[in-house]
Amino acid sequence: MIKTVYSKGKLVAKTGNEVMAEAMRQIEPDVVAAYPITPATEIVQIFSQFVADGKVKTEFVAVESEHSAMSATLAACAAGARAMTGTSSQGLCLMWEMLNIAAGLRLPVVMAEVNRAISAPINIHGDQSDTMGARDTGWIQIYSENSQEAYDNMIQAIRIAEQAKLPAMVTTDGFIISHCMEVAEVYPDEDVKKFIGEYKPERFLLDIKRPYTLGSIELQDYYFEHRWQLAQAMRDSTKVIAEVGADFKKTFGREYDFFEKYKLDDAELAIVVIGSTAGTAKVVVDQLREKGIKAGLLKVRVFRPFNGEQIAKDLANIKAIAVLDKADSCSGTFAPLFTDVASALYANGITTPKLVNYVYGLGGREIGIKDLTDIYAALGEIASGKRAVSKNVEYCGVRI
Amino acid sequence: MKKDENKKLSASEVASAGLVEAGTAQEFITGSWRSERPLWNKDKCIHCLTCWIYCPDSAISVEQGPKGTIVTGVDYNHCKGCGICAKECPDKIKALTMETERK
Repeated sequence: MIKTVYSKGKLVAKTGNEVMAEAMRQIEPDVVAAYPITPATEIVQIFSQFVADGKVKTEFVAVESEHSAMSATLAACAAGARAMTGTSSQGLCLMWEMLNIAAGLRLPVVMAEVNRAISAPINIHGDQSDTMGARDTGWIQIYSENSQEAYDNMIQAIRIAEQAKLPAMVTTDGFIISHCMEVAEVYPDEDVKKFIGEYKPERFLLDIKRPYTLGSIELQDYYFEHRWQLAQAMRDSTKVIAEVGADFKKTFGREYDFFEKYKLDDAELAIVVIGSTAGTAKVVVDQLREKGIKAGLLKVRVFRPFNGEQIAKDLANIKAIAVLDKADSCSGTFAPLFTDVASALYANGITTPKLVNYVYGLGGREIGIKDLTDIYAALGEIASGKRAVSKNVEYCGVRI
Repeated sequence: MKKDENKKLSASEVASAGLVEAGTAQEFITGSWRSERPLWNKDKCIHCLTCWIYCPDSAISVEQGPKGTIVTGVDYNHCKGCGICAKECPDKIKALTMETERK
């Protein structure tokens, strides 16, 4: 249950889409370019109404595709504007080419993204295949467990992106958060505006007194150096994310870190998961704790950059860990989150926890208390040696 | 080819995001692959500056004279030999003509 933690906060009942649009209204970017049609959820459509009603001074550019949406957004950003957009699923897929360009040109575009399955087969429901497909594009990725986090993450993402000089996407799970109404605390417009501050880019293309070229060709002699800069910016952004999180806590009262630990410190069995499923898993952890089972949870909030050193510390003393992926990589081996968790543990010298990977929830397939209880039961058997660790990905909830 | 061949910059030295300051083409010889070159006839030229307007590479050299701006020649370090100047030079004047590049 969400309660007010900020002295001037106000509780409102809103869907995930509505709170993300509300955050965009308060941020009031200079430019929003979007293609507000399915598969995008109604975030930018709600925002376009704010523009039409004169509630924001934002220039809204209705483009002809998501590829154009990202092109126009990053171009506005290069020109010197604070620019945002939103999309989902196939829309994000169509943006893929331009996602890489936004990152490569180091433009702090911020995008509201609703995690929905990708075609084929056609499906509009929630899973994380879309953003997992964009995990290597050089975008910061921040996932949300509920509407409150989606709202708070949007506000923080502006500052994170602009300080790190990297684009950032804030995501919610399709339908479970995006279309589900719940109570969230919103802060006054002026307080949000004060927190994010003004966007003052060091260089921008409309600065006619200091003209420059952006996006030129670079071959064998310099391309690699600039891609290294991008990768290094992602590594350096961990510091920015931590600082913005600390200031957000100081200002509005809610704490945000790369990961949220829930009853993890003395846990023997743990689930690692991204997004709304963490909410269900917390209920299961509580139930198991009542029975004396040392269950815990680690929720991944920031997936890019992936803070491997931190997660290795957090998981070092767990006996058996299940990493839950709401996306499959079809790689013949493990899914994206598991691969990163396993690499982080091994690279940091943590080899004692037994690891298992579950792919779940594709196309919006339900995952409930029973499924998660079964996973913890399996972890118990693995920890005690009754059950061997699978050498391949396991599936939760699919008829095989 | 850069006139002054500097050492390659490292990732920490090179500008962020491949940003290139305006006007750096001045530092490079970019006309070396030309197959034809424009010849400018000083005596025929009426200094209408049509060539200067049309040149896509700013390779027509001009300077401020007592009666206004005058053409002084072609900057062969940057001219690519596209022939637009010769094409646009007024028919009655023909102060610019193309010839095969001699190496």
